[in-house]
Amino acid sequence: MSGTASFAELLTAALIVLGAGFALVGSWGLVRLPSLMERLHGPTKASTLGMGAMLVASVVWFQLGKGVWTTHELLISVFLFVTAPIAANMIAKVHLHRLRTGEPSEPAGPSGAPAPPPGKADWATHQAPHQGTPGDFAGD
Amino acid sequence: MIRRLLPHPGLTALLVTMWMVMVNDLTFGTLFLGLVVGVAVPIFTAPWWPGRPRVRFLPALAYAGLVLWDIVVANFQVAAIILFKPTRDLRPAWLTVPLELSSPEAITVFAGTISLTPGTVSADVSACGQYLLVHALHAPDPAAEVAKVKARYEARLKEIFP
Repeated sequence: MSGTASFAELLTAALIVLGAGFALVGSWGLVRLPSLMERLHGPTKASTLGMGAMLVASVVWFQLGKGVWTTHELLISVFLFVTAPIAANMIAKVHLHRLRTGEPSEPAGPSGAPAPPPGKADWATHQAPHQGTPGDFAGD
Repeated sequence: MIRRLLPHPGLTALLVTMWMVMVNDLTFGTLFLGLVVGVAVPIFTAPWWPGRPRVRFLPALAYAGLVLWDIVVANFQVAAIILFKPTRDLRPAWLTVPLELSSPEAITVFAGTISLTPGTVSADVSACGQYLLVHALHAPDPAAEVAKVKARYEARLKEIFP
């Protein structure tokens, strides 16, 4: 076994363990944090650095170990980065809605329900977008 | 002529790069096919992006680097909170972030950045489009957290979306 190959193996192994460790911590956060909004922080983290480290491990392995450039993995992380905030946002919006309508399936948790924003407007989950704002389809 | 053929040069560059990365093959044939896709898609999808904002690409690249770095650093911080901070010491809070950005694209990137950097999740935008609702996992001083997000990300986004 050549020197480069074993270095590649070491680096790949380290990155995989790092990624798996973050995925594990994310899942542990999901179990132990007190309520829905706090739990939301756990999995969004695991998908960023945890997945990122594992995908970089794959790139490193093919590049240093086999001498082939692979770039698919970068695309996977790009798609994850684009979609993860939207999933988190949707869960948060459903939670806000249920807190307001008084049928919470989850307790509000230590941070409680959010205060409405200053001024006349409410959060977009509870009120249609005002005229001239991007979500105002009636004004199109 | 150039404007007719390349109505959205940024999108063209992005599509060609994505194509090359996806096909995973650095040859002339791939580049040619990528260029065909990269030129055709912006022309045919033009009706769906009226009034798109101008984007400055160099600051945008620097911003992507900064966000990646912050994701790595903040992941370690959140891991430490999850592993070692007892629930009674945790100070989760709702933050109301006043927005100085006005274009929907800029606000979307800002909200996405907040969600990706661990410890904060953007939950909602106000109906008037002037406030962002953000949940922080551990914010003993909410005002300082709001100021930090605004100075670190929003100020840079104002440069990118002039």
